[in-house]
Parts: sequence; structure tokens; C-alpha cells
Amino acid sequence: MKAQGTAGEGGVRRHVLSVTVRDRPGVLSRISGLFARRGYNIESLSVAQSETPGLSRTSFVISGEQGTIEQLQKQLQKLIDVLKVTDHSEGPSVDRELMLIKVAVRTPEDRVEIRQIAQDFRARIIDVDRNALVFEVTGDEGKSNAFIDQMREFGILELIRTGRVALTRSASLRPTDVTSTTSRAA
Amino acid sequence: MNGAAAVLKALERQGVTIVFGHPGGAIMPVYDALYDSPIKHVLVRHEQAGAHAADAYYRASGRVGVCFATSGPGATNLVTGLATAHMDSSAMVAITGNVPSALIGTDAFQEADVTGITLPVTKHNYLVQHVDDIPRVIAEAFHIARTGRPGPVLVDIPKDIQMMEFTGTFDVEIDLPGYRPTVVGHARQIKRAAEAIAAAQRPVLMVGGGGQVAADEVMAFAEATGIPVITTLMGIGAYPAGAGQALGMPGMHGTVTANRAITHCDLIVGAGLRFDDRVTGKISRFAPNATIVHIDVDPAEISKLVKAHVPVVGDLRDVLPRLTELLGRLELDDWWQQLRTWRDMYPERFKTDKPLVSQEVIQMLERATAGDCVVTTEVGQHQMFAARLFPTSRPRTWISSGGLGTMGFGLPAAIGASFARPGETVVCVAGDGSIQMNIQELATIYKHQLPIVIAICNNGMLGMVRQWQEMFHAERYSEVYLADSNPDFAKLAEAYGIEGHNVFDRETAARIIPEAIAKKKPVLINFVVYESEKVFPMIPAGAGIDEMVIGDQEPDEGDGVAEKVGV
Repeated sequence: MKAQGTAGEGGVRRHVLSVTVRDRPGVLSRISGLFARRGYNIESLSVAQSETPGLSRTSFVISGEQGTIEQLQKQLQKLIDVLKVTDHSEGPSVDRELMLIKVAVRTPEDRVEIRQIAQDFRARIIDVDRNALVFEVTGDEGKSNAFIDQMREFGILELIRTGRVALTRSASLRPTDVTSTTSRAA
Repeated sequence: MNGAAAVLKALERQGVTIVFGHPGGAIMPVYDALYDSPIKHVLVRHEQAGAHAADAYYRASGRVGVCFATSGPGATNLVTGLATAHMDSSAMVAITGNVPSALIGTDAFQEADVTGITLPVTKHNYLVQHVDDIPRVIAEAFHIARTGRPGPVLVDIPKDIQMMEFTGTFDVEIDLPGYRPTVVGHARQIKRAAEAIAAAQRPVLMVGGGGQVAADEVMAFAEATGIPVITTLMGIGAYPAGAGQALGMPGMHGTVTANRAITHCDLIVGAGLRFDDRVTGKISRFAPNATIVHIDVDPAEISKLVKAHVPVVGDLRDVLPRLTELLGRLELDDWWQQLRTWRDMYPERFKTDKPLVSQEVIQMLERATAGDCVVTTEVGQHQMFAARLFPTSRPRTWISSGGLGTMGFGLPAAIGASFARPGETVVCVAGDGSIQMNIQELATIYKHQLPIVIAICNNGMLGMVRQWQEMFHAERYSEVYLADSNPDFAKLAEAYGIEGHNVFDRETAARIIPEAIAKKKPVLINFVVYESEKVFPMIPAGAGIDEMVIGDQEPDEGDGVAEKVGV
């Protein structure tokens, strides 16, 4: 994938990184610009407000060798608006993906069968139409992929996935504290 | 007070006394406020030169350099200067005007997305959105620029914000929770580094640009341990070139001794450097037997290219003294014997039996100044010759574009350096190609009567490109010939009111150089030199540091015949 990080060793693995950033104009372009400039490919990316006002948490899925990912983490950490970078493949963490998928319904038999499969997957119906059903699927990527495979024969009209979002499992983390590091103007 | 006046007040509070810049529509309120400000403004003739001058002002003084430019084309002209400063970790703050807030995003006259454009070439940048934010943003910009690994910061201020009434305070708090540079080295890592160094039989210290702030600490470490010292292009002056333990510059055009020392050493202490490709050559052949101790304030540089066995994140001013304390004199007699043999076998040499060559001109400059001056360079063959024959012995006196390799840097850099170190002679070593990339700055030099000697090594060619075409492109000299359309440089200097000389022979050169240095005023000397001179030794791009080509410097049909010397 990338020549960067020659110091890396071991094989290419997928990593889920979460990055806590300040809500500042252009912060996402700083991050995506860094990925582009240093030749990393983002497989998925999601961004939203975190538990602390003024801070957002972004999750990335990215593949690379250990050294490459370490280098990326250090480069992210250098961005002034980045507060924290966590690699969820390093410790216990939970991750989920949300998918919305619209499946074609051509016959009443199909409708029954689709609903049955959805039930097995614990997919929720969030919109019902005469010719289509929209499902919400939450879980790991494997579950989304399996559901897509099952729905293919009926006809997938549209789908969207958030990409993985992740949190560490530990409950001992302190609440994010932005004020303690404020320093006096030089 | 309006926003523009607040900008200048905030700069004053940062200790700024001088700004390099060029006005234009969107920054006119700032220039209007400048009329009443104690801050001195140096009017450059191209914004790029303002950026280079501000960059060099920092490099020469350690004080953050500041430049101003207007929106759109003014700001885009800064880009090369910002990129140069970013690559070489130079602390500067650029302030640009932008179109009024309401017009941003409308493709207004002289509008450009300046924060977007400069994002990858600055350490950080700001678009000011509220007039009362100005003092905080300026304070943060200076804090970011000068702390940790230094770098350029740009502050873009829409014109309407410059004109709004300022109602805020200058007693501001910096609010940067995501920015906490590690300055103090980790005690355990320093101990591990000391143990590795003490155990080494054949260690070397490699000092980069980070050493410019820590010359005393580098010297103390070198003296206490007796370790051989290599200085990179950016590290020249951080350890005196003439000192007994100096091995010279490493890398593509480094000395034989420095490159062999790297190949044969069993430990490198890399201090404030980033193992750039011009230094390492092919990574797999770089220091194959060495334990790498890498000390740098930027953790992202550690193991980026060369894997560090003992990483130490911190400022050299903190780490080196603590390391020195843990170490005594190293037993390096055998190693020194080997190094001295190489050093004696390959002294700096070149032939002077044919026409005037750049190398002897540069050597004459070195002898005339006794190295007691500031040297700035453009980029190309003359730069490499100067690094080898005219390295300075004090920190912050060697000013050259290393990482970006910016032609057009040297002349405006001489302006910045001259204002940073008033009274000192500045020698700008240039080529006939690069000098023309910011030649308009002769006007600025004339206006301020700066004691700058501009030495053009004029071979009528883009010499470094010509050398590569000769060696690697089968002598297909594509678009490197300048001689047929170069100006008469002496006349050009005179047109700007600057004393100019064209010199064709070594006797005149030997006479005119000391005279020019003694004058303490601007003098341009155009040395017409041999066109096929080449820089040797050379490591071809992509080759290993042990695959150095040691050509002779003979200006005759023998050039290009390079002798490959094994190690």
C-alpha cells in the first residue's frame, strides 16, 4: 500500500484508529490532507461530536504494516488540533458499524423471505414501501457483508455504511479534560 | 484601535522589531497602522523574498521572523518561502490579508484559499474570524512557531476584521491542548543511550539543523567523549568545521571520511537530524553495522526512515548535557587512527591549472573572511562547494535551503541574515541560474546599504543539472545553457546602484575578494568560471553511501571519468 515507514516490520494489518480533535474550521481537511500527502489510503472514516463540547471523535480504518501505522499516529499527533490518537488494535476495544440498505421487493414471497433473513440478522426495518424495504444493520463489518451477500439475489437498490467506529473497553479513562493543559501566553 | 493596529500591538508584545513584506489591497489596514508603529518594515520587491528573509532572520538570530503579504497572489507568492522554512524547521510567522469575510468563497478579486493552500507547508495556520481573537491567535502562532520543532505559521486576516474596532485584551491565554512538545528527555532512554555509546568501539556523532540551538552542548559532548563529529548541511556551524574532531558533511556530496565513517561505524548518535535521503543514500546500505541512537524533539522523525534502536525524544539542550554527564572519555584510538588515515588520504582538493573554477573562488572567499561572516547560498553546485570549502564555525551563520532546495533563497536570505546580525559581513554564494530567481532584491540591498558580498559562480549553465545530464543522461544537455542570454551581471548590479565586477581570472579574483569583503557595503562579483566543473565525491541517487564516486576535479577531457573507490 505504501512505501512509508521502512522501519516497519510484520505484515499488513487493518487498524481502527480513533482521533480526538478540536472542532476547528478545517480540522478534517488537515487530517485527510495528511493521509493524502503521506500516501495513506483511508478505507473508512467517520466523524461526529464527542462527549465533550468542542471536541469531535473521528474513526479511521486503515491498513498498513506496524511501522507505517506508528508513523501515521505520530504524524496525526503532530497536528495542533489533534488531542489524542488511539489504535484500537493495540488493546481491548469494541467497534461497530452501521449500515442502511434498501432491498428490492418484487413478489410477496420475496417479502416474506427477506423479512425472515433480516430477523436472523437482527436487522431492523426502518422504512417499508410496496417495492422496497430499508433495513438498519449494526454490528461488525462481517455481519454487514454477510447481510449484503444474502440480499444480493433480491436486488440491492442502495446502501450506505458508516465505516467502523470504535472505543476502548476500559472504564477507567478520565473524562476528556481540555482545560488542564491550557498554558499562559509566552 | 482597529484590528490592524491590534495585529501590530500583538507583534510588538512578541518582541517583534522588524517585518519583511510587500503591501497590497487586502492588507492595507495593517500597512496603514504600520505608519504609526515602532516596528521597522523592510519593503521587499517580491513576497517570496519577504518569506525567505523572515526565515533567514530566524536562522541567523533565533528570533522568530515575520513577513506580511496581501491576499491572493501576495499570499501564493509566500508558498515557496513557507515550504522552505517548513522543510528546514525555521520559525517564522506570515501574516496575510484576505478579502472581506463576506466575500470569502465567492472567487472575489485577489481571493485565494490561503489556509487551504498553505496547510501542507506550515506547522499550523489560522484564518482569523473575530477581531478580538487577534492577540490570542498571534500569541499562539509565535508559540507554535518557536517551540518544539520550529516551523512556519501563517495567520490569514480578512480585511473587514482588520478594520473592525478592537475591544479585546492583549493579556491572553494560549489555548492549545493538543500541542505539548516533549522537551525533556526520558531518563531511562538517556541512560540506555549512554550505555550504548560507552559500549561502542567506533561511534560517530551526526549533528543536524537541531544543533544550531545547541552548539555549546554539542561541543561539550564532543570534548568530553572524544567522539568524531559529522555535521549535515543543516548542521554546519553547530560544531566548528575546523575543529579536530570534525569529519565534515555526510551524504550525496559529503566527504569521503564522513561517508566511510558512517559505513564502518558501530554506533551513530543522530542529534537533531532527520536522516534525509540526501544524507543516507539507499537506506539498506546506510550504516549497516551501527546501533542508532536518535535524539530529536519531533517524535515523528524517530524511526521514520532509519530505525532507531535507542530513541530519545527531547531538546538537544536538555538531552546532550545529561548524556555527557553519564559518559567519560571514550577509548577510540584505533577508530581515530582509521579516520585520520582516510582524512589524510582524501583532503579537499581541486585542480587549478585550467580556467578559474568555482571551488577556488569559494576557497578564496573563505580565506578572505577567515570564516568570520555569515554565509548564505543559493542551490546547486556552488552550494555543495560552499558546504565543503566555506563552512562556518559558529552556529546560525550558515544559511542554506536544505530540505526544499530552493533556488532563489540565497539573496533574500542574505537580507534577512544581515538585519538579524547588523554589522556582520554576509557572503551570498550564488550561481548564475539561481541568482536570477530573486535578482530584484538587489533593490532592497541597495536601499539599506547592507554589507552583503554577492559572489556569483557563473559557469553559464545550470551546473548541477548539467552534471547529472553528463553523468546519467548520456551528455544530453537539455535546457541548461544560460551563457547566451545571461545579463552582464556587473552592469546589472550598477543599474541597481550596487558596485559590480566581472572577473575572469584568478589573479583578479584574488585581489578583488579581500577588497570587497573589507568594504562593508553591497558588492556583486560575477566570477566567470569553467563550465564543466563537477561536484565530487558523489553518491548517485538511489545508490548506497558506500558506493561513492570520487571523480577528479580536473577541468579537461578527463572529466566524467569517475573512479569508483571501494571501502
